[in-house]
Amino acid sequence: MAGGNGQHEHTKWVMVIDLDRCTGCNACVTACAMENNVAFTGEKENAYGRGMHWIRLVRYWEGEYPEVQMRAMPMMCQQCSNAPCEPVCPVFATLHSEAEELNIQVYNRCIGTRYCANNCPYIARTFNWFDYEWPEPMHYYLNPDVTVRRRGIMEKCTFCIQRIRRAQEEARLEGRPVRDGEVQPACAQACPTDAIVFGNWQDPESEVRKLAQSQRGFKVLEELGTEPKVIYLSSPRGEF
Amino acid sequence: MHSKTTLPAELHGQVEELRKEHLLIDVRPREEMNRMVLEAMEDTSREWKWAMAFLGLVTVVTLFGAWAYLMSTGMGLAGIRRPIFWGLFIVSFVFWIGISHAGTFVSAILRVFKAEFRRPFTRAAELMTTFALMGAGLYPLIHLGRTWRFYWMVPYPNQRWLWPNFRSPLVWDFFAINTYLIGSTLYLYLPLIPDLAMARDKSTGWRKKLYTILSLGWRGTEEEWRHLTKAIQIFAWAIIPVMFSVHTIVSWDFAVAMKLGWHSTIFGPYFITGAILSGIAAVGSVLYLVRTTMKNMTYFIRPEHFDTLGKLLLIISMGWTYFFFNEFILEWYGGEHTVKEIIRFYTRGDIAPVWWLMVICNIFIPWAVLWNRNWRRKPWVMFLMGLIVNVGMYAERYVIVTGALSRNRIPFDWGWYQPSLVEISIAFGTFTLFLFMYGMASRLIPLIPVWEVEEGHHAHSLRKVGKTVVPSVADLE
Repeated sequence: MAGGNGQHEHTKWVMVIDLDRCTGCNACVTACAMENNVAFTGEKENAYGRGMHWIRLVRYWEGEYPEVQMRAMPMMCQQCSNAPCEPVCPVFATLHSEAEELNIQVYNRCIGTRYCANNCPYIARTFNWFDYEWPEPMHYYLNPDVTVRRRGIMEKCTFCIQRIRRAQEEARLEGRPVRDGEVQPACAQACPTDAIVFGNWQDPESEVRKLAQSQRGFKVLEELGTEPKVIYLSSPRGEF
Repeated sequence: MHSKTTLPAELHGQVEELRKEHLLIDVRPREEMNRMVLEAMEDTSREWKWAMAFLGLVTVVTLFGAWAYLMSTGMGLAGIRRPIFWGLFIVSFVFWIGISHAGTFVSAILRVFKAEFRRPFTRAAELMTTFALMGAGLYPLIHLGRTWRFYWMVPYPNQRWLWPNFRSPLVWDFFAINTYLIGSTLYLYLPLIPDLAMARDKSTGWRKKLYTILSLGWRGTEEEWRHLTKAIQIFAWAIIPVMFSVHTIVSWDFAVAMKLGWHSTIFGPYFITGAILSGIAAVGSVLYLVRTTMKNMTYFIRPEHFDTLGKLLLIISMGWTYFFFNEFILEWYGGEHTVKEIIRFYTRGDIAPVWWLMVICNIFIPWAVLWNRNWRRKPWVMFLMGLIVNVGMYAERYVIVTGALSRNRIPFDWGWYQPSLVEISIAFGTFTLFLFMYGMASRLIPLIPVWEVEEGHHAHSLRKVGKTVVPSVADLE
């Protein structure tokens, strides 16, 4: 599926997250919620696991008291090339895009069986349990580029596909390919330490290509054969 | 066929004993048996009316009322959450599919194996299948986030050229369950036709009109009987693979997923054995209720039937234990981190009370009680055993569905599932729905297939062997 009004070149969007640089500040989580109209569900619901965040900091504690260290690992939909969420949807609400190798969630097709969420080994998917509201003046931050989802529908990180599309549109209008660094998902944009880097793997000069060569690189649950698109760079500070 | 007149006097006592024990030796004229069954069917006493009104009201409130509330407000009213995205609804769904195996086991498998003792209660068991499947069929609708779009799972030509995803186990469920529902309803209906015709001939008023339509003009000619027996034979053989495939496919909802605790090749036979276990247990409970609440049933349903059901229950419980052992204990031995945590969670963690309830109800209690022939013969013991085993089987599904989801490969995202009142209400409502439908059906159709019992009477006889009298049965086909 090519986006927009014309053909775009085949891209493979990849994210590299440097765990040595991640401070666990949660700026990425906040930025993603703002950009993608992620509903906030309130303290009680969040405590019961009903949080809607598309990106989360998976937090581990390392060491014994008093030398305890918090380690954070930003985790979002890994856009697996071999996604386990895709074959189990009975209505084809989650699909694979061949043109940009992303896993697409089709909101208006989803009937909410939640099988995809059960089958995701990264627990990356969230479900709209209610029709959430944005009490005034919070509704001002809703992003017009992104659908607001109603209840009964699954959602997950899209690698900010709306920003990808915008960059592709602008590049096409100017008659040039998308430059490396031109597409920045909200999380990458917000990260104060540039721990999150995003780019097109097909571009041999891209930053992600260079960073991925690092010996520190690994993929989460790679042994499952999901072929995720997020490469983590482990930190010498701790276990990962 | 020996009777009192052909046997020496000193054996009459034995004959009486055997007659009291075995229905198929205790011959009564067909007219009398028909009268007994019709009397039970037309007995719409005040107690029955009150019971039906009560069950109906409770069902409307707890099932349909809570469901309407759920659909209008959102799935958040249920206790499910990230990462346990399936909860009591799916547990109940699998449970009712399991119960539905009761009927097919009794009326098809036992028929194919020529187990004569099945004769009086095949229909009572088949009714359980039909109503259990109807209850189960509600859950794929209830648990949807957008229930009003359920028809997208149905393959129909549409303007968007979209078919359902045939790779999804949920679509397989749709086909398997519908096939089973249609098949077992037809298989319930076929042997029912002669009894409906009998009811037509003997009833008046609105009942006569109803049975005239339903009995399809059955006259009982030899040709009609030949066709009917042939059709029943075909169905009995054909419905068995359907029964096996249905629960295998339902188990594949879990087995094909990547979740640890679900992703096991043994789920197919494990679930089928579990289904037969809960089915036979439920038959025991329902037969007790039929026997004690309906007239004349003590003639048809006797301690010998409960005795045999108890033996079957014990054997299937052993089979279930075998599969359970292969499923859980061997996984533990494999030593994979997350699996070890899952098993720790099951046996010593927060869900341990449910897990141990399952083990006690499915293994310890049946193995302690069902050896004893005297206990097996007591209908109330089998009633209780039926309830206990089904509690254990419900606990098993609860542990498998919600327990495995609580523990995954990313420890930060482990969770605890707390069923909500809305979920419990709906799950409870399907029980009262089942009882309501069964109660209504018991006064609308004859519950005992008299022609099958009569067939059994013809095939059984008493043979004198030395100084004893022994019941024997001739092979019918």
